[in-house]
Amino acid sequence: METTLIYDATFDGFLTAVFTAFELKLKTVKIVTEQRFQQPLFGSFDTVYTDQEKSNRVWAGLKKKMSTDELRRFYYAFLSEKPTVEDTLFNAIVYVFAAKKNVGSDFTNAHILEIAKLTKNVGREKHRMEAFVRFKLTKDGIYFANIEPDFNVLPLIKRHFEKRYADQKWLIYDLKRKYGLYYNLDKVDIITLELGADFDPTKTSSEIFAAVELEFQQLWNDYFKSTNIASRKNMKLHIQHVPKRYWKYLSEKHI
Amino acid sequence: MSFQRVQEKLNILADAAKYDVSCSSSGSNRTNTNKGLGNASASGICHTYTEDGRCVSLLKILLTNYCIFDCAYCVTRKSNDIKRAAFKVQEVVDLTINFYRRNYIEGLFLSSGIFKSADYTMERLVAVAKKLRLEENFNGYIHLKSIPGASDELMREAGLYADRLSVNIEIPTKKGLKLLAPDKNREDFIKPMIKVKNEIIQYKNEKKLIKSTPKYAPGGQSTQMIVGASGENDMQIMYTSNYFYKNFNLKRVYYSGYVPISYDTRLPQIGTPVPMLRENRLYQTDWLLRFYGFNIEEILNEQHQHLDLDIDPKLGWALRNMHEFPVDVNKADKHMLARIPGLGMKSVYKILKARRYRQLNWEHLKAIGVSLNRAQYFLVCASNKFESRDLTAEKIKGLILQNSKSKYTDMLSNQLNLFG
Repeated sequence: METTLIYDATFDGFLTAVFTAFELKLKTVKIVTEQRFQQPLFGSFDTVYTDQEKSNRVWAGLKKKMSTDELRRFYYAFLSEKPTVEDTLFNAIVYVFAAKKNVGSDFTNAHILEIAKLTKNVGREKHRMEAFVRFKLTKDGIYFANIEPDFNVLPLIKRHFEKRYADQKWLIYDLKRKYGLYYNLDKVDIITLELGADFDPTKTSSEIFAAVELEFQQLWNDYFKSTNIASRKNMKLHIQHVPKRYWKYLSEKHI
Repeated sequence: MSFQRVQEKLNILADAAKYDVSCSSSGSNRTNTNKGLGNASASGICHTYTEDGRCVSLLKILLTNYCIFDCAYCVTRKSNDIKRAAFKVQEVVDLTINFYRRNYIEGLFLSSGIFKSADYTMERLVAVAKKLRLEENFNGYIHLKSIPGASDELMREAGLYADRLSVNIEIPTKKGLKLLAPDKNREDFIKPMIKVKNEIIQYKNEKKLIKSTPKYAPGGQSTQMIVGASGENDMQIMYTSNYFYKNFNLKRVYYSGYVPISYDTRLPQIGTPVPMLRENRLYQTDWLLRFYGFNIEEILNEQHQHLDLDIDPKLGWALRNMHEFPVDVNKADKHMLARIPGLGMKSVYKILKARRYRQLNWEHLKAIGVSLNRAQYFLVCASNKFESRDLTAEKIKGLILQNSKSKYTDMLSNQLNLFG
């Protein structure tokens, strides 16, 4: 008899669901988000309400069983939002808790290996966002950037931008997931914006952005052209480094 | 900052700086203090890539392209009839800060033509770095050129504000330098390098005793050599490189395939292709020296003065030293594993880790990421597939080339193309 546990798509919610599955000694479990839930023909289902304390207990339990780096992979993999990731993580957690020794890096286990692979993908996307975020200065003095990353990496890049741009207000908005990080010179908050239907993330409209903004974009694009050595052209390598799906963020690549 | 004027200057002075290939922004550990701007990422970040596939992580410009020297290989040489321009110190500061705030760059790479005198030029470069650090509270990456002939005092100051310093020796041999840059001396290049090297050592020692000692050029020093401009062979280039690594603790030596820029008869003519494959082989050799425990004499010597273009230098060494092989991957030490063709250092470490648990066979090696096409002839493991068949070096080379496809194949084929 399979039980489906429905949670609110947060990491704490997921860990609460894991806690619940162990608490009720459920044999076969599916953990799904509200959005992906479809009522099963057979079997029961139940909604889990996120509970910080239960979530912390699962996390602390895992921490006892493996290294920080191995634990980090579980969080990175979760952020991949892959439809099967909850099952992968749940099976891995069951395996980790059942094992006598640390199996956090036992790549002969399919679930642990899958987590490592997802971590690699998410980590690469994190690094790319740290490189490809392009701020534009708004009229009210906020450095604004919009992104649409393949994975939910905003939580992972927060620290990097907080440390680097400590003396300017900035906002990085994920258009795909409809939330952003806003830093007000003091702390970073998670915010959502009401973007008008006519908002075009690829344009720099003079209504929103400062007058100097287009000048600096122009200087940057000029620089990008000047620094290229035409006789060494190698487009294959270029696209390998800057895949086309990222070009829309990069003013130097606007054709 | 007047947009039009800066735009014109930037076009001229970025174009003139692009022949300097260093764009590293890693290896510095400057952290943001008291809510200033920026911090250096230890691993460096490439913010974009040019269409020639090179990383862009720093704003790379000349302060000015006016120059009193006339080096044949250089675009900025005195006798070249080109547009000249000069940035004001404040303009470079404004550009750097505004690019950095928009997350375009990791920092600034500032070089310059030599105007008036070495000291006068060096002073201006230091002034930019100083302003960025002290007035703008900027903690991003700064790479400054050490101007040949600059005084010790200025070099000492430069290291206090810059993360990395570099002097490009450009021409690997004294003879070549005499021919192409008659008004330059080798000694002038080396003097600032020695000064910075000694300061780095001294500051490091002081830091051990006094925690508050400021950072001094935490990204170390680098240099660059032009490849294919003055007829040096690979042995001369790599021996020079080795000399600089050993004597000046350089972090990096860069090799830059010569891009023809003039009709000077002392140089390859315009239209000559850039020797990119040769450049690539030199970098591979450089890596073998720095990470794989090879001595330069093993790879290049009097009998063997040129690197093979059709195979990588490690494979070349292995084919000349067949008596060292096959290596048993389940027993050999790190040093010997690193010498197997087709094994990178990452694979070496994975092998060392994995063989604690089990004897490794071909499948394991494949999963680890070993390039078996090259490696299979040089190792034995816990399975008897690919029994070594006592092949000669020539035979092995033939087999490997048959089964591999290099992106440089077109350059290597010496057959006439009938229809091209």
